[in-house]
Amino acid sequence: MTALLLVEQTLNGLQFGVMLFMIAAGLTLIFGIMDVINLAHGSLYMAGAFVGATVTARTGSFGLGVLAGAAAGALLALVMELAVIRRLYARDHLDQVLATYALILTFNEGVKVLWGPAPIFLAAPPPLAGTVEVLPGVPYPAYRLVVIVVGLAAALFLGWLIGRTRLGMRIRAGTTNRETVEALGVDIGVLFALVFAIGGALAGLAGVMAGPVLAVQVGMGEQILILAFVVIVVGGLGSVRGAFAGALLVGLADTWARAFLPVLMRGLLPPAAADQVAANLGSVAVYLLMAVVLAVRPQGLFPRHA
Amino acid sequence: MTIHRRRLLGTAAALPAACLAAPAIAQGEPLRIGMITTLSGPGAALGADIRDGFTLVVKNAGGRLGGLPVEVVVADDGLRPENGRAIAERMVRRDRIQVLTGIVFSNVLLAVAPVVLGPATYISANAGPSQLAGEGCHPSYFNVAWQNDNLHEAVGQYVTQANVRRAFILAPNYPAGRDALTGFKRFYRGEVVSETYTRLDQLDYAAELAAIRAANPEAVYIFLPGGLGINFIKQYAAAGLRGRIPLYGPGFSFDQDVLPAVGDDALGCFNSSQWALDLPVPANRQFVDTFEAEYRRLPSLYASQGYDAALLIGSAIAATRGRIGDRDAFNAAVRRAEFPSVRGSFRFGNNNHPIQTIYMREVVKDARARVVNRTIGTAFENHVDAYAAQCRLPA
Repeated sequence: MTALLLVEQTLNGLQFGVMLFMIAAGLTLIFGIMDVINLAHGSLYMAGAFVGATVTARTGSFGLGVLAGAAAGALLALVMELAVIRRLYARDHLDQVLATYALILTFNEGVKVLWGPAPIFLAAPPPLAGTVEVLPGVPYPAYRLVVIVVGLAAALFLGWLIGRTRLGMRIRAGTTNRETVEALGVDIGVLFALVFAIGGALAGLAGVMAGPVLAVQVGMGEQILILAFVVIVVGGLGSVRGAFAGALLVGLADTWARAFLPVLMRGLLPPAAADQVAANLGSVAVYLLMAVVLAVRPQGLFPRHA
Repeated sequence: MTIHRRRLLGTAAALPAACLAAPAIAQGEPLRIGMITTLSGPGAALGADIRDGFTLVVKNAGGRLGGLPVEVVVADDGLRPENGRAIAERMVRRDRIQVLTGIVFSNVLLAVAPVVLGPATYISANAGPSQLAGEGCHPSYFNVAWQNDNLHEAVGQYVTQANVRRAFILAPNYPAGRDALTGFKRFYRGEVVSETYTRLDQLDYAAELAAIRAANPEAVYIFLPGGLGINFIKQYAAAGLRGRIPLYGPGFSFDQDVLPAVGDDALGCFNSSQWALDLPVPANRQFVDTFEAEYRRLPSLYASQGYDAALLIGSAIAATRGRIGDRDAFNAAVRRAEFPSVRGSFRFGNNNHPIQTIYMREVVKDARARVVNRTIGTAFENHVDAYAAQCRLPA
């Protein structure tokens, strides 16, 4: 029984982790290469979810919705980069935080104007709506398995892109030393725009994939953005590999803490106190993890200059 | 900070019949009613519904309430108590507005109440914190919706009647969450197999769902407002628990602001409310029909509360012939509650909170394949809230 529960909760943690990875990957690339703190990254995730839900509702095809969500994320990221972020590269982080916070407010109001204040509908396609038995006695939502597969595929693709292609080489070079890359004749403007678009596409993809599991509503980006920042701090700023490790760690820590702390605490304390302590510890588990990682490795697990 | 001003007088021009019927006497300035509500952020849909329900009454009457022209001054608190308080200070102290309404969330209301109560009358169309229902009740404070605990108590009562012996209950780890489960337990007589508190910003409930499956209770009760509820209900269905273990909640998690976003995943869930789309009350039929015609969506319980608040204020304006500055006379007129509520008969208890029937509803598909609530029974009749006895207002 406990072993089965462990399997199930590990799958849950994995699923939550890869979802976080899809958002954190773009965030960490943008921070690592351009040294820009983009608080509005969550807005790309929200845009992906809303456009994906609308296209799914109009066409009846969730697949088209997923493509549209990712495309919307990429497109909006490009527009954001050209119109606003481009002017912020030379500014300090405080200006960037202020400007991108203003973007959050603008996008949230924009979504409210276009779609109204109420949350909108997006469900998994019928074949994925049920459960499958991953192990005897462990029914698991089919859609969550699909999220895991899509998230891992996105991670592999990004790994290949960064590690094996010419573009990836430039991106890696850009994270390490921007000036040298520029001096070697790489058009840094185009490179930055591309990185933004890749990050936006991943965030949009995450948004639409999250739709059937989470509420598609105004402000959904900010809820997940906080965790995405925890992920990139744990993983090491600017490192995609770090974002992947950080996302899985955060996903697993969060899920395991909520699943097993109540059981553990009930062995140590009277029931009422145990529930309270478990609830409180469970809510800070992720931040405790971050504090421990920062204490042991202040640069994060995979620092970019290592 | 933005102030949205709606000059509802303007809408009278669109109703020539009303204009012709109205005697051409100079009324002076319209009576102003302050509406502080939440119109931005994740809670925006609730505020919009309260506002739309309220302004529907005014529109239907050609820009009037209780026969007199009114102007509804709407401001967005952004779910921030300090914003709400600043708006209230401006409305009450500078603009001398004497009747206010609209606040969605209890924490905003508790910040606003000290500013408003006394110089003005406040009619709550949603938030009903215990602090204003018991010893802290006030002659200028009325709640036309419910006391916060009521809907939770109703489910506790109903599942006890339905012979549920093992319940799994869950809410976010914050004051309203703990109050909700306390309200449920006040009337629930069976065993609570687990009382689980989740994070207020929690997105994923997989761990809790696994715990629910392992505990295999006869009922699950959740209080998860707004997006939290949507997340939970979707994940509950995906985990294959819908249809296996009945899911209960207060009406907040299962009304028309949430149901269109959840769709079929909510079918078969049970919830409590003082109002329902299908209540066979003439005033309710008129409300639902005109609301749908005006806004092209179905109203929620929040909209019904905004609508009733406007009718209640209108009844007191009519009774005092517009002398809303006479605090005692106006409060006395409000307290008589002589208005055609969408819930049928309506009356206030000694603490200016409703004494009312609370229904149980089931989420079903209607004839037009929309996901809606159908009334299936009554949890309480003439229910008095738990704090009324501590209120020392004269009965």
